[in-house]
Amino acid sequence: MKIHKYDTVIVGAGGAGMRAAIEATKRSRTAVLTKLYPTRSHTGAAQGGMAAALANVEEDNWEWHTFDTVKGGDYLVDQDAAEILAKEAIDSVLDLEKMGLPFNRTPNGTIDQRRFGGHSRNHGEAPVRRSCYAADRTGHMILQTLYQNCVKEGVEFFNEFYVLDQLITEVDGVKHSAGVVAYELATGEIHVFQAKSVIYASGGTGKFFKVTSNAHTLTGDGQAAVYRRGLPLEDMEFFQFHPTGIWRMGILLTEGARGEGGILRNKDGERFMEKYAPVMKDLASRDVVSRSIYTEIREGRGCGPEGDHVYLDLTHLPPEQLDAKLPDITEFARTYLGIEPYTDPIPIQPTAHYAMGGIPTNVEGEVLADNTTVVPGLYAAGEVACVSVHGANRLGTNSLLDINVFGKRAGIAAAEYAQKADFVPLPEDPESLVVGQIERLRTSTGNERVAELRRELQETMDANVMVFRTEQTIKTAVEKIAELRERYKNVAIQDKGRRFNTDLLEAVELGNLLDLAEVMAVSALARKESRGGHYREDYPNRDDVNFMRHTMAYREVGDDGTESIRLDYKPVVQTRYQPMERKY
Amino acid sequence: MATPVMDKVQADATASPYITVTFRVRRFNPEVSAEATWEDFQLELDPKERVLDGLHKIKWEQDGTLTFRRSCAHGICGSDAMRINGKNRLACKTLIKDINPEKPITVEPIKGLTVLKDLVVDMEPFFQAYRDVMPFLITKDTNEPTRERLQSAEDRERFDDTTKCILCAACTSSCPVFWNDGQYFGPAAIVNAHRFIFDSRDEAGEQRLEILNDRDGVWRCRTTFNCTDACPRGIEVTKAIAEVKRALITRRF
Ligand SMILES: Cc1cc2nc3c(=O)[nH]c(=O)nc-3n(C[C@H](O)[C@H](O)[C@H](O)COP(=O)(O)OP(=O)(O)OC[C@H]3O[C@@H](n4cnc5c(N)ncnc54)[C@H](O)[C@@H]3O)c2cc1C
Ligand code: SF4
Ligand code: FES
Repeated sequence: MKIHKYDTVIVGAGGAGMRAAIEATKRSRTAVLTKLYPTRSHTGAAQGGMAAALANVEEDNWEWHTFDTVKGGDYLVDQDAAEILAKEAIDSVLDLEKMGLPFNRTPNGTIDQRRFGGHSRNHGEAPVRRSCYAADRTGHMILQTLYQNCVKEGVEFFNEFYVLDQLITEVDGVKHSAGVVAYELATGEIHVFQAKSVIYASGGTGKFFKVTSNAHTLTGDGQAAVYRRGLPLEDMEFFQFHPTGIWRMGILLTEGARGEGGILRNKDGERFMEKYAPVMKDLASRDVVSRSIYTEIREGRGCGPEGDHVYLDLTHLPPEQLDAKLPDITEFARTYLGIEPYTDPIPIQPTAHYAMGGIPTNVEGEVLADNTTVVPGLYAAGEVACVSVHGANRLGTNSLLDINVFGKRAGIAAAEYAQKADFVPLPEDPESLVVGQIERLRTSTGNERVAELRRELQETMDANVMVFRTEQTIKTAVEKIAELRERYKNVAIQDKGRRFNTDLLEAVELGNLLDLAEVMAVSALARKESRGGHYREDYPNRDDVNFMRHTMAYREVGDDGTESIRLDYKPVVQTRYQPMERKY
Repeated sequence: MATPVMDKVQADATASPYITVTFRVRRFNPEVSAEATWEDFQLELDPKERVLDGLHKIKWEQDGTLTFRRSCAHGICGSDAMRINGKNRLACKTLIKDINPEKPITVEPIKGLTVLKDLVVDMEPFFQAYRDVMPFLITKDTNEPTRERLQSAEDRERFDDTTKCILCAACTSSCPVFWNDGQYFGPAAIVNAHRFIFDSRDEAGEQRLEILNDRDGVWRCRTTFNCTDACPRGIEVTKAIAEVKRALITRRF
């Protein structure tokens, strides 16, 4: 075991982690721990764009953007945070441009902008061009640009270090962050990082679904680490299903495709979104479009022999436009489906995409221990966090924005805290939980296999807590997850070595997915209403009287060691906008 | 509007897809043995599946010790460059049907970087070469604009190709010069230098050119085109290197 001491430790090197690192490194001695090489992070997969009311191509302003964000989130958004997001969007895009990001340009040389779902002029009048983009590679450009600037600033990275535990020390009865415990992939060695500030920027948790746009490595490690230490997770029942994943594979085809004029069609060739969203049509918010697709499929208008998908039709768009604006996704269709998007429509289905919920923070990125108390020294930003700027449903292009705005804020806040604070003492045997976990897995002689449990988990999640949910389906999922958690105790791995033991880490990651799946299902069961990404067929309406509030889920351990989940609720911050019915 | 023709995928979807393929994988684990060996695995795969799906099937169903890097599974993170049937490719972007499944499919680590375990190589020298070309925008910033810097669409287009790089190392590890001498910067580093040299906003082109003028710089390139063939992003790597060479001679870029 090795002990390291840093002012600030950042967990994750995607967009949020590196944006934080650029600020923190200038202000404090900073280490970035990341399980992937920074440029492998899933931010690089983002395609469509980053929202900011630059008004480069038509009239726009941050107030309209705030409104769209609040409405898109079905009014579960904390409005003070949404206002910060929309206001600081403009500078955060300009920051990236100055760092070198190669945005697409307008004829007069400014940053070009395009349409995206749910973004409108004047509170829903018509779609507006708000998304700043670089072809359909915006996330790639953001990730590369931030990594380039980390190289420039001399950010210190620990690559292929897996953070597996959060260290908490109570000082005067208040829980403080003391550091983290990490596992080094190359050697199997355990490292304790003592730090004044820790920032989680470890991304999403989509891998508990089967059909997903998320990378194999998005397993919610950060959420699980803090949750296991008794800190709450907020709004975990809200997960976004993106309408256009490649059929059966889940690989994303950006909403930008519809922004450029792409149309969804059922087996009769009908543009069915006209029925469900007369004004915004194919560009209604994602939860609305995903539900419409499944309604078409359920009512027998799906395509293919099994009627289990619909089509994204780009065939009416000029090939030059596809080449210039959507080169990557058209190539995905060619590579993975053998389809030529110039002439053939692309089979798609909704794909599990984005976790709206996560580690609760305030607008400075400080992590909350309950509805109001912060955990000194602990921060979170990006998809792992819940500020909440996305509420019940995130608008497209608002996440690349979120990671930049709140990554920067968390980086500054954490480093400034570290400048003033002292180290808190490490708990006794700080590595013990991780060592115990690793040794148990390495020496287990049980008969359960990681891949089998993961497959069963993904299947139950897809079948029971996806786009449509009922009490019945969610209960089925809860029971199945409980069974899988029991069987997980008997999981054994084949690789017993120390060097690059990815067999072992997949087992650890599965444990995280199981914990988080349970939180999601239990939170979903209790929310007896439909709002944004959470749609209950047995409670099809939004219920502002009982459920205009955030879910806070806590892990409880009884005296006899039994685990359970306790749910509490947190008020939503409302400033300018009163809840209205959502129409697109 | 006419209803698009939709029969293509449907025809494919009804046929019974699975075939038996052999993966012949280069195994190496110094914890077990100092020698690398070949190992064969038989698996059932749909020809439309990826080589990465095959590797996962082996790891998840047959041999959990098989080790490789991967993340996104659709060709954008650059984790899984490997030598498949003797050519550098991304395992997640190579479909079984495109590589003749009738014969054993060989899978080995990329060449020229130290193998650490099975298909995992030491990427540090590769990233070091990248860092050495100062891969970040440098401006004098005497008059930092309040808004964005302007750039015409044509100027933006000038370096578009080299912005696509995902740092997968397929090019560098396919280069015979790099195999013989690991000191050579390698194509990927030059691609990333190109991305800034030809960016109208950058003001450090001269400095970068001096770095590449080095003994281990662009002049080592012998234009074998291996890199261009290998690049999964379709970057015209050899052309980018040629443009850097030309810029070194003319000092115009
Ligand atoms: C295909 C796709 C397209 C998208 N398109 C858009 C778009 O057009 N616009 C938009 O706004 N949003 C988009 N999104 C959403 C957006 O890209 C993500 O939400 C965002 O990039 C997340 O960034 P992040 O920094 O929080 O996490 P990530 O980029 O996922 O980074 C997570 C980091 O954490 C590290 N990590 C994880 N676990 C550990 C651990 N245990 N220890 C150490 N390190 C760890 C990883 O190594 C990685 O560096 C898209 C998402 C997907 C999947
Ligand atoms: S130039 Fe192409 S092959 Fe080389 S590292 Fe970049 S993406 Fe990979
Ligand atoms: S796994 Fe990301 S490029 Fe292949």
